[in-house]
Amino acid sequence: MNQANLTLKDFASDQEVRWCPGCGDYAILKTVQKLLPTLGRPRENQVFVSGIGCSSRFPYYMNTYGFHTIHGRAPAIATGVKLANPELDVWVITGDGDGLSIGGNHMMHTLRRNLDLQILLFNNEIYGLTKGQYSPTSRLGTRSPSSPAGSIDPPLSPCAVALGAGGAFVARSIDTHAKHLSAVIGAGHAHKGTAFIEILQNCPIYNDGIFEPVKDRATAPDHRVEVEHGKPIVFGGEREKAIRLDRERLRLEVTGADAEDVLIHDESNPVLAQLLAAMGGPDFPIAIGVLYRRRQPSFDEEFSRRKGKSREGNLAALLQGGNTWAVD
Amino acid sequence: MELTEEKLDEHHLDEREVVDVVVRFAGDSGDGMQLTGSNFTLATALYGNDLSTFPDFPAEIRAPVGATFGVSAFQIYFGSEDVTTAGDALDVLVAMNPAALATNLANVVDGGLVIADRGAFTAKNLAKAGYAANPLDDGSLAGYRLLDIDISAQVLAAVEPFGLGHKASLRCKNMWTLGLVMWLFDRDRGATVNNLKTKFAKRPEIAEANIAALNAGHAFGETAELPSGIHVYRVPQARSAPGLYRNVTGTQALAWGLLAGAELSGIELLFASYPITPASNLLHELSNRGDFRVGTFQAEDEIAAVCTAIGASFAGSLGVTSSAGPGVALKSEGMSLAISTELPLVVIDTQRGGPSTGLPTKTEQSDLDMALFGRHGDTPLPVIAPATPPECFDMAREAVRLATKYMTPVMLLSDGYLANAAERWRIPRVEDFERTPVKFAEDSGEFRPARRDPRSLARNWARPGTPGLEHRIGGIESDHDSGNISYEPANHQRMTDLRQAKIAGIVNDIPLQEVDQGDVSGKLAVVGWGSTYGAIHQGVKRARLEGHDVSHIHVRHLCPLPRNLGDLLAGFDAVLVPEMNTGQFARLLRAEYLLDVESLGKVSGQPFKIGEILAAIHAKCRKTEPAQ
Repeated sequence: MNQANLTLKDFASDQEVRWCPGCGDYAILKTVQKLLPTLGRPRENQVFVSGIGCSSRFPYYMNTYGFHTIHGRAPAIATGVKLANPELDVWVITGDGDGLSIGGNHMMHTLRRNLDLQILLFNNEIYGLTKGQYSPTSRLGTRSPSSPAGSIDPPLSPCAVALGAGGAFVARSIDTHAKHLSAVIGAGHAHKGTAFIEILQNCPIYNDGIFEPVKDRATAPDHRVEVEHGKPIVFGGEREKAIRLDRERLRLEVTGADAEDVLIHDESNPVLAQLLAAMGGPDFPIAIGVLYRRRQPSFDEEFSRRKGKSREGNLAALLQGGNTWAVD
Repeated sequence: MELTEEKLDEHHLDEREVVDVVVRFAGDSGDGMQLTGSNFTLATALYGNDLSTFPDFPAEIRAPVGATFGVSAFQIYFGSEDVTTAGDALDVLVAMNPAALATNLANVVDGGLVIADRGAFTAKNLAKAGYAANPLDDGSLAGYRLLDIDISAQVLAAVEPFGLGHKASLRCKNMWTLGLVMWLFDRDRGATVNNLKTKFAKRPEIAEANIAALNAGHAFGETAELPSGIHVYRVPQARSAPGLYRNVTGTQALAWGLLAGAELSGIELLFASYPITPASNLLHELSNRGDFRVGTFQAEDEIAAVCTAIGASFAGSLGVTSSAGPGVALKSEGMSLAISTELPLVVIDTQRGGPSTGLPTKTEQSDLDMALFGRHGDTPLPVIAPATPPECFDMAREAVRLATKYMTPVMLLSDGYLANAAERWRIPRVEDFERTPVKFAEDSGEFRPARRDPRSLARNWARPGTPGLEHRIGGIESDHDSGNISYEPANHQRMTDLRQAKIAGIVNDIPLQEVDQGDVSGKLAVVGWGSTYGAIHQGVKRARLEGHDVSHIHVRHLCPLPRNLGDLLAGFDAVLVPEMNTGQFARLLRAEYLLDVESLGKVSGQPFKIGEILAAIHAKCRKTEPAQ
């Protein structure tokens, strides 16, 4: 098939999409299906691997190679796919429960190894497929069937975890912010190594509107900031606000865009990335975009190098090596 | 059944020529007993004896000096006739300290030889081993031939020219002792000298000191005035079929069998595992085999290991994972996924004493039920078990063949004994093996992942990267035809039946069960599987020499069982199943064939002794044979 002529339709499978009406997953699916033909890579080299959960149905809807696996294990299965054939583009589709609760260990080690994969973590801050229990990213006090009086375990920040695990590409975007999401995923695909992309995703059934402040046209300018490498971190409807670093206390502050010491985003700075990942809540906007990017050799490159290009070993010689004796 | 061990008459050290001998080297876990044993094994193999070894070591890496629980031992049985176990009773015990003597003396035959390092029998060490008085002096060893030498002093003198210092000098004690035992059995020291030079290539002074100690021990035997009855023994060479031979452990044979299987199938291996005793050595062995394009991946946990292997199989390699019982338990969800998605996978379980952490360095066969039944859902898969270290090579090839031909996970059951034990192996000729090349799907216009071979029932296997064959698989039940998600009631029934039929059908692709020894029907069949082979073989052999009507049947394919096994067993008046668990295989045979199978279970962490098998045969024959 001529790669140049592929369109969105070529990447849509014949399977009926079974997410709830209004689910943020539809928007992400569309963005990915639209992006893939532009990447200039053969369709047959695209492999989508997922775990369990609403988001993990994703591979069924992609007309590529796909593997819907078991809960939390997608990064481990994807590791096997990539090590067996490094030519493949391997995508991991996971959620906040799948990727950070039951599968947290694989997430951590995949990031640490820097295997060349794209991990799209759909974060809706809730367990959807099991009918609405609180997840490891649910905000404190979340009322759910398993926490009727409000959850008492504090949430973790996916991007902060990814940075802590040594992730070399950590980014955040929003399900319906298609242009931004597409650019971030494209950058993740171009990155050689593990690209971790947290996607804020609305669950209309169990956690509806949780990201509304960062998505609504009216409130978004004050509640989110799009960071770009080398550019000042400014936000607000009139781009009148900015972020500065309190150097004495090593913490971020909101200041005016006209301040002298507006922070310039440096995606190569891991300390800044941690500060940006943690930003949010009532007093700060949340940061979206590529928070951190570092070039380092990927695990699969080194793995393939050690395995060698061709089979040089001779089986008979191996069996007969060492101490042997002949009986006539 | 109560185990009553029969005392065997192996008291034959009065002769200058003996048919077979059991020697056990025992000392602290830091004394180098495993190295001593493996060098003696090599010399014995090169001499031309048949042999079988049993490394028996504690879980502690360096246990406190002198402690009984820290005793590390290496046992070797060698002789001029077919040797298949590491031996029951010890003809020679080398005790490097009081703890080694205390924990092993009960296994020494009457009149057996005890070699002890008097230098290590200090008040402190005696107390640690629970001795009130020094057994070397109090007459308690009067029933044995005792050779007590201050080995420590001898070694210090022998290596003095190398200026190593006291502690480093004493580390050569094991080589001095090895030299003495080599003199005792007329072994050649050349291979050991070469090994020492290689091992200490970067520290030649250490190599030279060890060689000097080895030679000094040997010279001591030649020149010292030894007590009467201690002399050089001759163990005639074994008669062997012509060919090229080597020693091989179960772990080595497994690793090489996987390589051979991959080569014969024309497929690459990805071996993913997480370290666990006693399975880790397989990871180590394969990690050196980049020249065969084997990828080895040390995963973050057992689950990641099996999942990485499954991912590799999806991508067109053969994923292999390996562990011991606790780790295999963690892999079970992944194995069910591989069954559901019909991907090839080899899972090797090197069984150890359980449950839980159990006895990590000791052997057991108690994971059979888990291998056969220990997964969620109806999840049949082939289970196979090699019987001897050399057979690990053949069964690893068989695992690769079954996994790729039938698109299924295969469980291979090894155990701690098989993994570490060494036996002689007549090296097979690679060109004699049948090639079983894997065929991947190619673009056929209308590809469906669920399409299957009508005979094997295996679905076709399309590698990502192949244009036109893009498809999705997953753990949700799939339609029997399209492979798409299906919750249809009739389809689930059909797929469940199909999974069952596919594995059951393998029965037509495995050898019929043969009788290892004895007649195809009769009074008693002793039926074993896995590493109990050697002890059952010898026990049945001796019983038959005594005139008992008993046969030995050893099963390698545990699922599916060979087609003729039920009829074969029905031809015997009684069936006895010795196994290192509480009767798991016996229960399986009872359930499958409605036969009155009797179990002989042993779970002490030690392999069966020949005498235990023989005693059970005697007890069984007393019941079934009329008194004469």
